[in-house]
Amino acid sequence: MLRIECPHCGARDEAEFSCGGEAHIARPKEPDKLSDAEWADYLYMRTNPKGILAERWCHTFGCRRWFNIERDTVSHEILRVYAMGEPRRESGT
Amino acid sequence: MKRQRNRLDVGARIDRSRRLRFHFNGKPYEGFAGDTLASALLANGVRVVARSFKYHRPRGIYSAGMEEPNALVQLGGGASSEPNLRATQVELFDGLEAASVNCWPSVNFDIWAFNDRVSGLLPAGFYYKTFMWPKSFWHSYEKVIRKGAGLGTAPEMPDHNIYEKRHQHCDVLVVGGGPAGISAALAAGRSGARVILADEQAELGGALLGNGERIEAASGVDWAMGARAELDGMDEVRVLSRTTAFGYYDHNYVLMVERVNDHLGAPPGTLRQRLWKIRARQVVLATGSIERPMVFADNDRPGVMLAGAARTYINRFGVKPGNRAVLYGNNDHIHQVALDLADAGVRVEAVVDVRAKAVGEAVAAVRERGIEVMAGHAVGGALGKKRLRGVEVLALNEKGDGFAGDIRRLRCDLLCLSGGWTPTVHLFSQSGGKLDYSENQACFLPGEARQAVSVAGAANGVFALKGCLGEGAAAGRSAAGKLGFREVGAPEALPVAQGEAGALMPVWRLPPVSKGERRFVDLHGDVTVSDIELAAREGYSANEHLKRYTSTGMGPDQGRTGNMHALGILADIRGESIPAVGTTTFRPPYTPVPYGVMAGRDVGVLADPVRMTAMHGWHERSGAVFDDVGQWKRPWYFPRTGEGMAAAVRRECIAARSGVAILDASTLGKIDIQGPDAAKFLNRVYTNSWNKLAVGRCRYGLMLGEDGMVMDDGVTSRLAENHYFMTTTSGGAARVMAWLEDWLQCEWPELKVYLTSVTEQWATLSISGPNARRLLSELAEGVDLEADAFPHMVVRSGKVAGIEARISRVSFTGELGYEVSVATSYGLALWQAFQRVGENYDLTPIGTEALHVLRAEKGYIAVGHDTDGSVTPGDLGMDWIVSKKKDFIGRRSLARADTMRTDRKHFVGLLPETRVPEGAQIVAEYKRRPPMKMIGHVTSCYDSAALGRPIALALIAGGRERIGETVTIPLTLQGRVVKAEITSPVFYDPKGERLNG
Repeated sequence: MLRIECPHCGARDEAEFSCGGEAHIARPKEPDKLSDAEWADYLYMRTNPKGILAERWCHTFGCRRWFNIERDTVSHEILRVYAMGEPRRESGT
Repeated sequence: MKRQRNRLDVGARIDRSRRLRFHFNGKPYEGFAGDTLASALLANGVRVVARSFKYHRPRGIYSAGMEEPNALVQLGGGASSEPNLRATQVELFDGLEAASVNCWPSVNFDIWAFNDRVSGLLPAGFYYKTFMWPKSFWHSYEKVIRKGAGLGTAPEMPDHNIYEKRHQHCDVLVVGGGPAGISAALAAGRSGARVILADEQAELGGALLGNGERIEAASGVDWAMGARAELDGMDEVRVLSRTTAFGYYDHNYVLMVERVNDHLGAPPGTLRQRLWKIRARQVVLATGSIERPMVFADNDRPGVMLAGAARTYINRFGVKPGNRAVLYGNNDHIHQVALDLADAGVRVEAVVDVRAKAVGEAVAAVRERGIEVMAGHAVGGALGKKRLRGVEVLALNEKGDGFAGDIRRLRCDLLCLSGGWTPTVHLFSQSGGKLDYSENQACFLPGEARQAVSVAGAANGVFALKGCLGEGAAAGRSAAGKLGFREVGAPEALPVAQGEAGALMPVWRLPPVSKGERRFVDLHGDVTVSDIELAAREGYSANEHLKRYTSTGMGPDQGRTGNMHALGILADIRGESIPAVGTTTFRPPYTPVPYGVMAGRDVGVLADPVRMTAMHGWHERSGAVFDDVGQWKRPWYFPRTGEGMAAAVRRECIAARSGVAILDASTLGKIDIQGPDAAKFLNRVYTNSWNKLAVGRCRYGLMLGEDGMVMDDGVTSRLAENHYFMTTTSGGAARVMAWLEDWLQCEWPELKVYLTSVTEQWATLSISGPNARRLLSELAEGVDLEADAFPHMVVRSGKVAGIEARISRVSFTGELGYEVSVATSYGLALWQAFQRVGENYDLTPIGTEALHVLRAEKGYIAVGHDTDGSVTPGDLGMDWIVSKKKDFIGRRSLARADTMRTDRKHFVGLLPETRVPEGAQIVAEYKRRPPMKMIGHVTSCYDSAALGRPIALALIAGGRERIGETVTIPLTLQGRVVKAEITSPVFYDPKGERLNG
């Protein structure tokens, strides 16, 4: 079970949180202009890397706020906790 | 009662003044406080304690710990009975009752033992090969096989024991209370760190309890007791005995089970076990190692035992495990044990050592005592059946991989084995750490760690006492040091006399001495060398395949004593190195953990919260039958005396259509929405437009997932310019709230909209029927209820029965209806006021079943009942609610090729001949036997009082184009076939005149 540093409440057990999957997937501004394939890409396709992944988490049984984390999918180490809306780091930095 | 004939007169960690009586397989025996069931049985000369899993061969006690493959027992009876406990771990208590798990009618005469004679029919994989044909016979086979391959009996009654769970944080968690673990805990504890030391055994000491080694001038046991006293004196240190760490998860999360009262027989009303959930900043694993046996023909005879176990029975339990012993192995340990056996008065016949050059201090000491050391020899086979009678010894060839010379027979009733040590790396491996193979120690050792963990002592391949003490202290100091705790004073150097140890010589398998002999690798699973060879020949030569095909390494002992041999033999067959073959995955739990302790106190009424409305007590008093909707208890129907469900529901429906009915609607999800962008927000989350909804008006809305599928629905009202009140389905409330918050916080943070869940704050009742207005007018103040002033889909504030209320004119029954909401604390008072006034109107309380019938008659969908996550608004025939002028969640998906197919399943009505179960499949062309093409399924079906016949709702491929057609519903299991006509889903009042009444 992960131990996640909620930016508002502090470190808590994973059981208090829900995971919203990969972060930084913006909803297309004009969905009508997308092909079916492009829309499906937004809806379903995720990068699923072996390594560092930016994820959305919500402190469901706490402050109910959403935030982003960077997690190593191999070691499960959480490298960064940052606010919703903050940009992802450039890879390699 | 017989006297304990194998009990030594003095010494050991037992209390000879406290006699404990117990029964094993129905016979009475006596042991002492400090005994395990295994040591007490050995003291009483009980040799055969179990029958093996497959061949039902007689088996004796093999080890002195959790690795025991043979002595599995069923403890106690009735609800508290527990199967598959290892007798070597069961602490003796007065009145203990235990029985062997795998024999019938008795352990000494077992009918299933014929399996041993016909073992040629039961090779590896027999389960998969033999019993799969003919397929229809499997049910018969299975019953017999399950009985033959029994693993005890699970209790069938509820477990009345008390369990609990506890969360704990610590700086340093030390797992294992042997010399390394104690040293680690002392070092970390002295630095002031918060330390938990968890140990499986009843008292600290680990191997020191059994091996008689000394530290300084004291015995190892006295040193451990002294350390325990020091640890107990430290404020920040907690020592947990009888506690097994069984799972190591991410971020140093370790689960442990503490057996609080099992050693006393878990008396009723006491806490039996406690589950510890530990979050540790640093972990030191000092989990020790497990001795390996040697493999030869009939190596399972009662009297064959691990050398360390024999030593433990003498030194810790004061039990002589035999009278005439042979020791066999590949390292110095057998020589050390030979000396202990001789000291205890056991006649040591010979020490058989596969090493041609057996040298070192212990070997010399054995020779000095006049005991024969047969260097460069091996045991080819064991003699005897229910007890060991002797062994056959042969010289090894120069390479040490085959025999040379003749068989020599030695008489003995005890054969002690040591094939080296396997470090207990399970928890380290679970933590994500890598394992490295050590050639000269012939075992896997902890390598690179992935979490904040270190390993010390035998678990790290440091088997000698001096090294364990030093490495343990260093690990404890380093773990605390990393957290900023500095040890006070210099670390103590403990003088330990340590002789030179000779190197170990791994021997995984030797050629068979005679044909057809059985050399067991995994005693518990009855897996032999031939089984592994056969599996490899048949292609199961990957270690994970081998495990599943032969069942080696499975069962309660998880192959602790045999796994390395299985691996060594497989590597040998494949002609590869052991690390190339690799280990199977180490998964939690390390040892079996009872379900009861996992559940803790979360059982019965505490298993899941129960949500009740403000009116619940009234419903109960009125004899309501309840329906579980999520966690809510909702009245299902209100039967009158002597009335069945069908009659009650029919009466309730008639009341709603002809008089007036009242329903507790408090469980509806309610979300208060405020902010200047609220309308914009609703436009994005609902399919229809919210731009023109006036203050005081209500509107029905449909919510989709981004995939275009219907997710929830409900009525939202506009209370003020920037204030809306949304209702959701009872079951979907929490999900919808989370969904809306997700969009607001993550996608549209610029919107000024604020959501508050108010489901629990408002109690709501709904009245419907032609008399609804007249009834309400008797209680409402300051609200004009006349149809023109208060039409359908309007919300007003006022007082009802003197209580501040919101009144909405909405309907889920198709009748004239109102919803009245008040603060929850007034809910019951409001309900009771309606009951008082309602007497003149024959006001009828109705439950969810009647509501479902009424809404189905109107063709209103119940989301999650008529929809299943694959249904679009178009499928439901609800295109009228889908705006073409704006974007909303899910809109783009409605334009995908698949969602625009015309042959999708449509929501239609059915007129079946008789009532059919929901979920029943529908076919266009009925055949006497499957397969038939299924074109849809029934989503709702009720007996309609209004129509005087059964009605159903269904999803049918191209259904709207099939209206008027007759389809078939084959109910094979019920032995009947029902015909049904496809209709519009609106059965009653299709023009909707009644709700405007």
